[in-house]
Amino acid sequence: MSTAAPIARSLVLWVPDWPITASIRVSPLPADVPLALIDKGQVFASSAAARAEGVQRGLRVREAQARCTELIVRPYEQQLDQRTFETIVAEIEELMPGVQLVRPGICAIRSRGPARYYGGEKPAGLALVTLLDELGVAGACVGIADGPFTAEQAARTATNSKRVRVVPAGDAALFLRDLPINLIEQPNLVVLLRRLGISTLGEFAALPADDVLGRFGELGAHLHALSGGLDSRPIVHRIPPQELDLAVAFEPALDRVDQVTFGVRAAADDFVQTLVARHLVCTSLRVEIETDLGDYSERSWLHPRSFTAADVVDRVRWQLQGSAEVDSGLRSGVTRVRIVPESVDAIGNHEVGLFGAGPDERVHNGLSRVQSMLGHDGVLVAVMSGGRTLADRATTVPWGDRPLLSHSPGEPWPGRLPAPFPGTVFPAPHPVHVFGPGGSSVGVSERGVLSARPVRFASSASGREIREITAWAGPWPVAERWWDAEVSRNINRFQIVDDRGIAWLLVLDGENWSAEARYD
Amino acid sequence: MSVAIDTIEHMFEYGDMAPASATLAASSAVSSRPSVRELQERIRSMQATKLDSRLIPTHPAIAGLLPGGGLKQGSTYSLDHSATLMMALLAAPSQAGSWCGVVGVPEFGAEAASSFGVDLERLVLVPNPGDQWLAVTAAIADVMGVVVVRPPKRASDGNLARLAGRLRQRGSTLIVLGTWPQSEAMISLSQSEWSGIGDGFGHLSARQVTVTVSTRMGGRPRSARLWLPDPELQFAPVAIASHPERYGSERHNPERHDSEQQDSGSYLRAV
Repeated sequence: MSTAAPIARSLVLWVPDWPITASIRVSPLPADVPLALIDKGQVFASSAAARAEGVQRGLRVREAQARCTELIVRPYEQQLDQRTFETIVAEIEELMPGVQLVRPGICAIRSRGPARYYGGEKPAGLALVTLLDELGVAGACVGIADGPFTAEQAARTATNSKRVRVVPAGDAALFLRDLPINLIEQPNLVVLLRRLGISTLGEFAALPADDVLGRFGELGAHLHALSGGLDSRPIVHRIPPQELDLAVAFEPALDRVDQVTFGVRAAADDFVQTLVARHLVCTSLRVEIETDLGDYSERSWLHPRSFTAADVVDRVRWQLQGSAEVDSGLRSGVTRVRIVPESVDAIGNHEVGLFGAGPDERVHNGLSRVQSMLGHDGVLVAVMSGGRTLADRATTVPWGDRPLLSHSPGEPWPGRLPAPFPGTVFPAPHPVHVFGPGGSSVGVSERGVLSARPVRFASSASGREIREITAWAGPWPVAERWWDAEVSRNINRFQIVDDRGIAWLLVLDGENWSAEARYD
Repeated sequence: MSVAIDTIEHMFEYGDMAPASATLAASSAVSSRPSVRELQERIRSMQATKLDSRLIPTHPAIAGLLPGGGLKQGSTYSLDHSATLMMALLAAPSQAGSWCGVVGVPEFGAEAASSFGVDLERLVLVPNPGDQWLAVTAAIADVMGVVVVRPPKRASDGNLARLAGRLRQRGSTLIVLGTWPQSEAMISLSQSEWSGIGDGFGHLSARQVTVTVSTRMGGRPRSARLWLPDPELQFAPVAIASHPERYGSERHNPERHDSEQQDSGSYLRAV
């Protein structure tokens, strides 16, 4: 066996069920409530109480709910994991510098420094566990061993009564020997090794290193070294990011929007000044608002260029106002507002030109004023999108946001309407009636055959104002996404011209006629 | 001087002239006609809301019908409900680089606007301004060259005058979908004929309409037969109707013409 680099004594902190802990930290719940986080329709993580009821990772939501009827289901957010752990790591850095973030819930530190400071490895681990308890993170465990891999396994095997597990120097191979092979987290390799009769790390480590390299390549050799307790990976501590957040606490809590925005104003100036001092501008930020009833709201805001102090204050106000009411009071007093820059850019890329940014600046200011009257969603910009119906093809984005298109407008979209396009597109389908000869109903069979030719139609749901149809074309079937019940669509479209020369785009969905658009 | 005063006097006499001035009119009919026109122009300019009204780019097919030969800055035009015609009016200024705002039109067809040449990057929609529509329109008119608005209800005369003042000051053009007191001209649409679609076959491809413009200053409404749009999605006059006036007198049935004149008469009284 070859030992290339010296193996560093490592201290690994492991918080079990971190996604659950993070979710509870953001929107509080009692710790013993059964909670499951769902990712792509399956349980991604579950709390201890839910596990006791049999809710496991990989279950479908419905099955999990059947096993535990009181289960609280929340969507899994990876960003939330990262973000919440970030604050924990920052606290750990206060205590012990040089933290490497392995993944949310697990971080590694070289144990040499802390061990010397606290007078031993075990006291250092205990200091860390105490800190986590103070931060309100339950059940954190610490493992100390040769190399981060062994230390992580040590942390995972720590128990509630003995939360710091120290594997003495040189005993790594002995410690790992009886652990199951699936800890190397390479499912393909694990299956193969199991078929070869290797079920523990010790058995894998016992294979000759050269043969493993020849058979499984570099990755296999690396995992072989890990399972032999020869984890030579160094701990690369992260560089703590610069603190650019802004938090304003209100005591006593404020219950009026204008009071809160006034309170944020000075801080927003500081926020922008701090960024400018670091030669940065903020292009998207997140506003987090806490209230005295324990409500928590957070939302990301984008800006077409960069946030000024007034823009920041506006975003706070819009978030407080919610969607519609402008002068309404708040449900509960606001205790804390936090503004976090989500993406920053060098200020040089956003410098105003020598002759100003032209009329756009003026337009932006004017529209921001309208937004402050009507709310953020009051002023829209239309963006062409992809799709077959007119509503799909034109999406609107609030002024100031960047469009996020799910369908490309550049693709051909067979089945879309031919030009010219209608100037009036009804925001909601406008019910109409279509009659065949003698007032019979007009329908389309499953094979696309029209039951009668349309002769008259009434442009209102009440059926009054019946007009003659002078020309018509159709049916043009649109059958989309049958595999997804929520967005699937199976309709027939018609173009008709009435006796006043106005053309309509009608939609037959099942037996219901509606107007999608009018050519006027 | 007295000749000039006489000329002014009989300018206001439509139709039957007083016998006293008849001799003068007969003697100087040929020479006075240009000066009459000149003075009419002068009266018009004195009555105009702004001394120097500049034109914004207007589609040539429609520009010829409008008083002054195009959409004026700081003026208001009212438009019969036709989204296509509205987009035709927006397209030329939008392509020339001005911003357009559409207030109170939730059913605005953005794809059609884009295909008719309106630049969506410089188009702003305020679909539901609610009760604040007048304030929103004024705020948008501050920063945009052309504003389209559909008033959900009537505003008071004082507010309208304030808005008109703001438009004049900022040089923005307001296009109102519906009626509007004080509008420079009223543009309406009639006799729409679609082509390309038959009895169960084809699809809508082009349309011919008669666009009629009646002005606040009175006079005959001017109309023209236009492609709105033609098969290439362009707006153009229909070839046979090269002379709009003749076209109007030939093709309009007399009843319809009368009613239009009456419309414009009642419209004038409303002003």
